[in-house]
Amino acid sequence: MNDNDTPDNTEDTTVKSKGLNRRKLLKGAAGVGVAAVSSGAITGFPMIWAQNIKNVTLRQFGTGVSNLNAIADKCKEDLGFNLQLTSLDSDSVTQRAVTQPNSYDIADIEYWICKKVFPSGAMQPLDVRRLRNYDKISSLFINGKLTEDADIAQGTAPHTVGFVPDRNATTFADQPTDWMTLIPTIYNADTLGIRPDLVGRPITSWADIMDPAFRGQTSIINIPSIGIMDAAMICEAMGEITYADKGNMTRGEIDQTIEILKAAKRDGQFRAFWKTFDESVNLMASGEVMIQSMWSPAVAAVRSQGVPCVYQPLQEGYRAWGGGLGLASHLSGLELDAAYEYIDWYLSGWVGAYLNRQGYYSAAPETSRAYMSEDEWGYWMQGREAQGDILSPSGDVMERAGAVRDGGSFEERMGSVACWNSVMDENQYMVRKWNEFIVS
Amino acid sequence: MARMSMAHNLHSYWQALPLTLVLLAFLVFPIAVIGIVSFWDYNSYSLIPDFMLDNYQYLLSSPVTLQAYLNTFKYAALTWFFTLSIGFTVAYFLAFHLRSTRTQTLCFVICTVPFFTSNIIRMISWIPLLGRNGLVNSTLQASGLTEQPLSFLLYSDFAVVLAYVHLYTLFMVVPIFNSMMRIDRNLVEAAVDAGASGFQIIRDIIVPLSRSGIIVGSIFVFTLVMGDFVTVKIMGGGIKANVGMMIYNEISLLQYPAAAASAIVLLATVMIMLVILFRLVDIRKEL
Repeated sequence: MNDNDTPDNTEDTTVKSKGLNRRKLLKGAAGVGVAAVSSGAITGFPMIWAQNIKNVTLRQFGTGVSNLNAIADKCKEDLGFNLQLTSLDSDSVTQRAVTQPNSYDIADIEYWICKKVFPSGAMQPLDVRRLRNYDKISSLFINGKLTEDADIAQGTAPHTVGFVPDRNATTFADQPTDWMTLIPTIYNADTLGIRPDLVGRPITSWADIMDPAFRGQTSIINIPSIGIMDAAMICEAMGEITYADKGNMTRGEIDQTIEILKAAKRDGQFRAFWKTFDESVNLMASGEVMIQSMWSPAVAAVRSQGVPCVYQPLQEGYRAWGGGLGLASHLSGLELDAAYEYIDWYLSGWVGAYLNRQGYYSAAPETSRAYMSEDEWGYWMQGREAQGDILSPSGDVMERAGAVRDGGSFEERMGSVACWNSVMDENQYMVRKWNEFIVS
Repeated sequence: MARMSMAHNLHSYWQALPLTLVLLAFLVFPIAVIGIVSFWDYNSYSLIPDFMLDNYQYLLSSPVTLQAYLNTFKYAALTWFFTLSIGFTVAYFLAFHLRSTRTQTLCFVICTVPFFTSNIIRMISWIPLLGRNGLVNSTLQASGLTEQPLSFLLYSDFAVVLAYVHLYTLFMVVPIFNSMMRIDRNLVEAAVDAGASGFQIIRDIIVPLSRSGIIVGSIFVFTLVMGDFVTVKIMGGGIKANVGMMIYNEISLLQYPAAAASAIVLLATVMIMLVILFRLVDIRKEL
């Protein structure tokens, strides 16, 4: 692949009549031209690229969080090509990414999934020099620090699996290189969701989920890599276990954690375990549970049904996760160019603003600011009181004037991350023990 | 003569060939692959061809496996009991109480109506009914029968068995009804003439003569419950687990060899049960 800076592809669309000279020029200078010709997709004039791209369909799959039809529609409008979305739960995503690498072009996956998938060779790294918006990406994904003096949280922090040394590598690099495994797009700080009308007392700690008063009315997520982290936050908050690194537990620590969970399950502490977004919304909205692991937009979804629900900040901090877009290894030629074009567009602000409005964070915060009103930016990012109604991306009223986001500003929330979703060295063992807990 | 019968034999082999090939390709081959994979090693993202017994060793020594099997047998036994009681009663009513063939057919079709929707839908429709704030609980509380919502109604063994019974009773009704229809009515008449009570007729004539239907129905229900995981997943709220759930969890975590080993053990268990049941009935006679 050509490493030159790619000129804006849309320019090519305008040169229809200049013929061969223009072709030579482009061939020398533009990565796009070379890529298109060398891929064999086009044998004639380079401007055909511009016409052909309308026929390109990129197949993207990932978790429900960011596989949104609105993004596909906007992509068609802005870039001209089709985006076909498939949305699955995290386990299925991992499974499909590894076992059916030809079934997708772009993988929208989380960093901990990336740690599992990338070494299998099913994906190819992205050349950051081909992305105009690369330098807009938050430093959290480059060196792991939100600000200069911030601490790096435990677990699979995105920057630790964000880079590989070269084009063909399947092991991760220790520091930033020109080859990124995933271009970060979305991330958030997760905590427990509660029903303030039912719990009847202030909730301040992860340990509160184990309060006997809530027996039979709690739930946790049954995706081992995520659930074990929630469990670790809970056990540490209970004062039962102190972990050296929650994101990379020893067998002993795993055993202890699972024992505590099993005991709680035996005592009937849990009402259910959930695996998908919708399940968590239903459990909460129907009143089956009053305190559980939850994701931010799920809280919004419960609230939009008129049911009070709070994404409760807790003293021990948040469990964070991040996701991004990666390329399937089979991708080449025109499709690859389109994929780069799409990912660059993803970072350019419109999608970022869309995700911010759902309560997630955009990986390139500054570009998304231009697409949000002052009030929206204040509410979602700065923790300020809403001046007017806060609308969801689809136009429904989410919050009235005067509301403040649970947990406050971006810095407050992402600044108190205690750990990231992880894949541990003892992953296999952990999964086995987790399975025992689920079956027990 | 000898040549002719050989040619005849050859012909029948040719005629059986397509079915043999289909069975080989879609039944024997996949099971063989599962068998082979069950001896493989794996890590978080790939399968490693190997020959090791670790998968079986872990499976057969883990207390979790035992618990999952006990749960599965419990579900199977309870479901069997209830589907048999209900299925037998319904079949008896259809076969002996309805006089005209027309009403019999009509009622039989009515029995199958729920099966026009997917079983997931039939299962999920229980949830709003049984939930903590569901229809049943709010009715009970409004009528003052209970003060607190009953939480055992949903995400519990009760819910799982209820869904199974709802889903699988028809599999009991059909074969029992089928064998009851073949009972010679003169036998019943003769028994009545000889002064047998209604209960005696059922015990000494109907049950023994519909035995094959009962056993065929039991085979359906047993195998369906043993291999199921969706019902347990939805009605058990992820809290309850059977062997199917164990395998489902392993597959979703990319532990294919472990799942394959579990599947082989489950297959063996079900086969043993079927062998026992087939000793009690000549299924060819039924079909």
